[in-house]
Amino acid sequence: MTIADTSAPMRRHKLGNVFPAAVGLGSLVAFFVLVELLIQIGVLNRFIIPPPSEIIESFPRVIVEEHVVARFFQTLTECLTAGVMLTVFGVAGGVLMHRFKLLQQACETWIAAMASAPIVLCYPLFLVIFGRSAWTIIMMGFVSALPPVILKTIEGISSTRKVLVNVGRSFNLTPSQQFWKILFPASLPTIFVGIRLGLIFALINVVGVEFLINFGGLGQLINEMAERYDLAGTYAAICFVILVSVLFFMAVEKVERWLTRTD
Amino acid sequence: MDSSASVDAILKVDDIVVRFDTPDGILTAVDDVSFGVKPGEFLSVIGPSGCGKSTLFNVIGGLLSHTQGNVSVAGETINGPHKSIGMVFQEESTFPWRSVTDNVAFPLELTGMAKRERIERARHFIKLVGLDGFENRYPTELSGGMRQRVSLARTLASEPKILLMDEPFAALDEQTRLLLGDKVLQIQQELKQTTLLITHNITEAVQMSDRILVMTYRPGKVKRIVDIDLPRPRSSEIVGSEAFGRYVAQIWADLREEASRGMRDEEDHALHQHDGAAS
Repeated sequence: MTIADTSAPMRRHKLGNVFPAAVGLGSLVAFFVLVELLIQIGVLNRFIIPPPSEIIESFPRVIVEEHVVARFFQTLTECLTAGVMLTVFGVAGGVLMHRFKLLQQACETWIAAMASAPIVLCYPLFLVIFGRSAWTIIMMGFVSALPPVILKTIEGISSTRKVLVNVGRSFNLTPSQQFWKILFPASLPTIFVGIRLGLIFALINVVGVEFLINFGGLGQLINEMAERYDLAGTYAAICFVILVSVLFFMAVEKVERWLTRTD
Repeated sequence: MDSSASVDAILKVDDIVVRFDTPDGILTAVDDVSFGVKPGEFLSVIGPSGCGKSTLFNVIGGLLSHTQGNVSVAGETINGPHKSIGMVFQEESTFPWRSVTDNVAFPLELTGMAKRERIERARHFIKLVGLDGFENRYPTELSGGMRQRVSLARTLASEPKILLMDEPFAALDEQTRLLLGDKVLQIQQELKQTTLLITHNITEAVQMSDRILVMTYRPGKVKRIVDIDLPRPRSSEIVGSEAFGRYVAQIWADLREEASRGMRDEEDHALHQHDGAAS
């Protein structure tokens, strides 16, 4: 094989990484161009969907006049707090329910039912308990996101391959060693699926409750913009919510890779 | 039972009976099985599917309680997993979240050995199973045979008095199986490791063993113990010898009747289930 031949697969590999990302970005740009075009020729109503060009133009205004950075960090902090709480309490809850079968049999069904319930409608109750504060928003995000983390933790531990448990038993592990050295690391990938799902629920509820109680970060900004009928500004604020979501997912992915390190 | 073997045996299995309560009534999986394994000996237990080989493996390893009888290591009765017995399982059992070194160092970590020392020890066993150069790889990056070698190295790292293996190469192709058999033989000879292999593969059993215990189909009893008088050190090249062929034929003659019984039993069971579902 010649030197040129050996370099070919590497070049293909590099291209292989860049190409999907370029297609993804290109599709997004093509979609915005299409929407812009449909609005400009009057197929889509510009008073319902603002042209993407106007949304882009509104960014500097939203950033400077609406203190979007401070609001962004407020929403981010609320999501982060809810995320940390739901990871700690959700995983611990799942572990406890797996450990005590009676607890699991008694609670698993209604926790699963809770996952699909519109808990956001309970916000008046949370307002009474925590007042019109960030804690109402955080607790709403936390409570509504808890079920998937608990359920996926139970699933992860229960589905640990029996042979791995037997390896632990053959080495005479204590129950605590069996959990920390085998069950927990084996169930981490499934637990992270639960945490990812939980973060989606938490973000939706945090922004939703900010919107509903007109308090706090980006949700409140979206509410205010919508009431002013500033559609371009509303969509620009929504872009920042998407940015929070992207940041969260990147962070969770990094933590998962660091913890599992299987490749 | 071979009394001469049991006198100076390091592992003694005496009158083991295992019964299970099933929806169809009491099932006797293992019935009155007794044998001994001498220090440094390689003994294989062979039998058809359903003869209770894996049940026996779990009982000796302390993962399953027996209904009657006694298992002892160097005179000490064991009633659960014991540090003197190292188990290698049939299913792939490496920890996917640990590198090869960390997998092999696992039992050393449990003893509280310092990190540097346990990594050094782990590297020794990795080299022993022929995986040097793969220390930092993860199990997902290895083939099935390499992963089983990692499991073997992990068990050897705990320095057990008795190595207990349950069809460790069952999922591998014949060529890999023969080559890994060579590797196990080489390790066994180097460490003088007392080994008990559970298998349904006659070639594998004859290639590696000093003695082979043939079991009957359900309930699993000792049918015969065959001494394998082939020269050591051995390798997979021995499969071409005339003596090897004679042992294989002899054991197959014993097993054939049992395997046929097992097959008939399975067919009857399937027919019974089909009739039950139809009515």
